[in-house]
Amino acid sequence: MSDVKIELRNVHKRFGSKVVLDGINLTVDKGSSLVVIGGSGTGKSVMIKCVLGIIRPDSGEILVDGENVLKMDSGAREEVLRKFGMLFQGAALFDSLPVWENVAFGLIQGRKMKRAKARDIAYDKLAKVGLGAEVGPLYPAELSGGMQKRVGLARAIAADPEIIFFDEPTTGLDPIMSDVINELIVDSVKELGATTLSITHDMASARKIADKIAMIYKGKIIWSGTRAEVDASGNDYVDQFIHGRAEGPIQMELLKP
Amino acid sequence: MNFLAIIGRVVLETLGEIGKLSVFTWTTLTHILRPPYFGRLLLQQMMRIGYFSLPVVALTAFFTGGALALQIYYGGSQFNSELIVASIVALGITRELGPVMAGLMVAGRVSAAIAAELGTMRVTEQIDALTTLSTNPYKYLVVPRVLAAVITLPLLVFIADILGVMGGFIVSTQSLEFNAGVYIKNTYDFLKADDVTSGLIKAAVFGFVIAIMGCYHGFNSKGGAQGVGRATTNAVVTASILILATNYVMTSLLFAK
Repeated sequence: MSDVKIELRNVHKRFGSKVVLDGINLTVDKGSSLVVIGGSGTGKSVMIKCVLGIIRPDSGEILVDGENVLKMDSGAREEVLRKFGMLFQGAALFDSLPVWENVAFGLIQGRKMKRAKARDIAYDKLAKVGLGAEVGPLYPAELSGGMQKRVGLARAIAADPEIIFFDEPTTGLDPIMSDVINELIVDSVKELGATTLSITHDMASARKIADKIAMIYKGKIIWSGTRAEVDASGNDYVDQFIHGRAEGPIQMELLKP
Repeated sequence: MNFLAIIGRVVLETLGEIGKLSVFTWTTLTHILRPPYFGRLLLQQMMRIGYFSLPVVALTAFFTGGALALQIYYGGSQFNSELIVASIVALGITRELGPVMAGLMVAGRVSAAIAAELGTMRVTEQIDALTTLSTNPYKYLVVPRVLAAVITLPLLVFIADILGVMGGFIVSTQSLEFNAGVYIKNTYDFLKADDVTSGLIKAAVFGFVIAIMGCYHGFNSKGGAQGVGRATTNAVVTASILILATNYVMTSLLFAK
């Protein structure tokens, strides 16, 4: 228990008759970076949202620092949520607020920090992700996709969280910007000493940011190991996924002519 | 067999929807009472929902009052009772048409705007992002809108009452050749404070309905642009129907005897 930060035990979730999570078991060690890989629609996002409490699983246990968050009342749960930061797939910036207020949002609203102080921290975090002070007063709609992702990253690390989640951090970015984001993730995580859980289907990204890799398929973790082991996993599913082959045990549900 | 299955599904879906709406309303009510409060957001929403609805509500009330005066005059003149125009315009506007017309106009304007805004925030994960930034989306998004609508709708209806009666007055004195002094005296003699306050109570309830329907459909929208469009339509339709239905119930309760 000492060095396990997050643990999922036999987590199930269905929507109607569709089983999305079918008994997920997963542990993330303190200070390490776990990347969960898997195709679209395999339950990756739902799993992360269950840990954050945005979706409530049907059964199972989710432990953060050894405490089952599903059994907590809402007050205790909000306390636990303060340990988290999250970078969303589409950045999910608040488009009614300027960039600096987006970054400072968790500090001002969630932690009741004075606006002037939160503003200084926000500009500091923006600088950490390579954005200058001139970006601060702009609105999210005025930024490119890569810049939005960087602002999202600045917002995720603004409150110095112990745990950071990354939901498809490189989706929709060109390869170079993807690599920039990956490096920013590695750097900022190292600096904070945070525990991270990422989900992605971009293998280049997974190789760059992961200490350990786990593969999810049909709502179950079917393989896990270190970053180095992924190339010699001996698992046909993993091999098919990391090499991106259409042929293999994973059959895409599509009609062939 | 299929036919019965369809009926069963529709009934189940309707009951499910009512249940979800009840939970949503209850959650909102409990969050209204508990701190933290977002005063700045409340003022901002009061401007959007109340102040910017003034022109449309004022014009609606004015023309409704005028048309009402014409109709009552034509109807009343068949029994040589044209003198009731002033009193019926006053009662009709304050008790029924003021709150209902204002409610419907604001439902069209505000329910749609709220549903579209929150719906977009939902599908772009901005609402989930609020949760991860230690900010309760009910407190931050729903409560300010609901409170603002409940506070500003009675004010709007009060102005609508004045303008509606004025519309009747202008039509009656200008095109129906009523004596202005007699018209005003008739209005004063017949109108009681209860007539006005009953309409204002209705307005507060309509404000609640408008904001809750907008927030509920926005919160539960899914599936991108089409989902947001559907949420917007549903918000306006359900808010309008609920306004008319609760209006009937409240009329039968408030004016019972």
